[in-house]
Amino acid sequence: MSALGELATMAKTRRRGGVKEKHPDNKPALAFMLPWLLGLLGITLLPMIASLYLSFTDYSLLAAPRWIGLQNFVDMFHDARLMSSLKVTLIYVVVGVPLQLALALALAVLLNEGLKGLSFYRSIFYLPSLLGGSVAIAILWRQMFGTGGLVNQFLGMLGLTNLPGWISDPSTALGTIILLHVWTFGSPMIIFLAGLRQIPQMYYEAAAVDGATRWSRFLRITLPLLTPIIFFNLVLQVINAFQSFTQAFVVSGGTGGPSDSTLFYTLYLYQKGFTQFDMGYASAMAWLLLVIVALFTAVNFLVSKFWVFYDD
Amino acid sequence: MTDQLTTPAPSAVTTPAPAPANASTLRRRRTRRVGPVVRHAILIIASLVMIYPLLWMVVSSLRPNSEIFRNPGLLPIRFNVENYVNGWHALAQPFSHYLLNSTFLVLGCVVGNVIACSLTAYAFARLRFWGRNIAFAVMLMTLMLPIHVVIVPQYIMFSQTGWVNTMLPLILPKFLATDAFFVFLMVQFIRGIPKELDEAARIDGCGHFRIFFRVIMPLMTPAIATTVIFTFMWMWNDFFGSLIYLTTPDNFTVPLALRAFLDSQGTSDWGAMFAMSVLSLVPLFIVFLFGQRFLIRGFATTGIK
Repeated sequence: MSALGELATMAKTRRRGGVKEKHPDNKPALAFMLPWLLGLLGITLLPMIASLYLSFTDYSLLAAPRWIGLQNFVDMFHDARLMSSLKVTLIYVVVGVPLQLALALALAVLLNEGLKGLSFYRSIFYLPSLLGGSVAIAILWRQMFGTGGLVNQFLGMLGLTNLPGWISDPSTALGTIILLHVWTFGSPMIIFLAGLRQIPQMYYEAAAVDGATRWSRFLRITLPLLTPIIFFNLVLQVINAFQSFTQAFVVSGGTGGPSDSTLFYTLYLYQKGFTQFDMGYASAMAWLLLVIVALFTAVNFLVSKFWVFYDD
Repeated sequence: MTDQLTTPAPSAVTTPAPAPANASTLRRRRTRRVGPVVRHAILIIASLVMIYPLLWMVVSSLRPNSEIFRNPGLLPIRFNVENYVNGWHALAQPFSHYLLNSTFLVLGCVVGNVIACSLTAYAFARLRFWGRNIAFAVMLMTLMLPIHVVIVPQYIMFSQTGWVNTMLPLILPKFLATDAFFVFLMVQFIRGIPKELDEAARIDGCGHFRIFFRVIMPLMTPAIATTVIFTFMWMWNDFFGSLIYLTTPDNFTVPLALRAFLDSQGTSDWGAMFAMSVLSLVPLFIVFLFGQRFLIRGFATTGIK
């Protein structure tokens, strides 16, 4: 069961009161759990609390934090760069994630049809998702979509002229990074493949007896039974996409340019916190990010009632 | 599991049914004959598109700079290692220095994750203790927590202990089981190990630590392998954390060195940049070749049932 499923069932099966549970292993458990507990406190919870506090302060590492109430949040709403970075990130999430998942699903279904060479194709499609997060690939992307880059050389061979430098043109730069995200569809594809394997063959056999076409088999059997996995992938990919950083950073040389067209939210946060050392503001931005991600996840869960189908 | 993947779909029965053929079965039979060819064609084209940029980067890293922007093809393949020599010495230190830094970082993180996550996972999967369910739910929630809400105070903390510009801020959290993904993966795995084995060991007088080291650890090697491989891949590529904590070039890891290279060269020496990029991908590629089984299983088991 997935982490998400686990959380959901835990929420549903809350323990009834009155039943006293036995805890015979308290002592050894403390020993086993000690690293995790220390990490939870020192690396996660306390920093979270500190970050919340800092978000209400003006703090630059040099002087003590100065309490300024909601000023950071007010400033954020008037910060044009922040708003633009939100927009860029939203476009990236809303366009990139569905595109990537659709491609992952399409190829998983195609691969699941019992063709020869499955493991070969699977490896090829999976490889980019392992390499895609690296600086090396971002460097390659910079060349490919540059003015004289690989893409334009191909387009030039097709007789096209006046080609833009895709990463230096504000209207296309974000598109190249979305494309890089789509290119890494291998990992959701693997999850889809594992999900397809779980669908009982008898459904397809029954449908074949009834003379269902390939398309209607996909629409009526595969897709509904796969919705929990689509949902799982969607939630995870949305959470990840909001935090995407490396590619935009490297492709734009750390600036988020041209004219902020690849200034992702996390990139702006990095600039604020770690190049301008405006750490109060960066903390406030981090909390806004958390709220936005939580909202998207909550909406995903709410909407899932209308389209996710559980076969039990 | 994998053989199930290659089992042909039931509809792909090749012997034509002797039953009276109505229009729809006729059509199906015809698409069946054409289908595999078309599908292979689609898959081959898709594979080529996916893999072409990588192949081209490798080929280009062996070409003189002037050719990189003129030849979008894969041929002719040259074996001009000049780019590799130039790239190796392009920064203040030879590239081996950054490779070693990255190796050190990755090793530290791998050791930390394997020890800390497996200890935690054993407790979650096998021990009955106060607050376990809540702790488990909290652990699952940290899985989805953006690193940004903790990074600023963490940075302040580590700058006060004087650890900024060392690898400690990157390695220490791994020894505290902060990568919940692996804890979850291992919990799932341990739950699948028959409890009778623990009980037999207990009857023989083993305490929990001996059960953990002698029974569970040896049986969970696949989960550990998955953890090692994923930790390797993620930390080899780690950028955000390294960018924040590793400030002087001497401490740069491979991704930071590549980025510094890009900054210093601008767009002049693509050949050398490609060469070092290719070099940085080689370890990932090797792990991919030999560890693919574990990677895929890791995805599948944490993804769904």
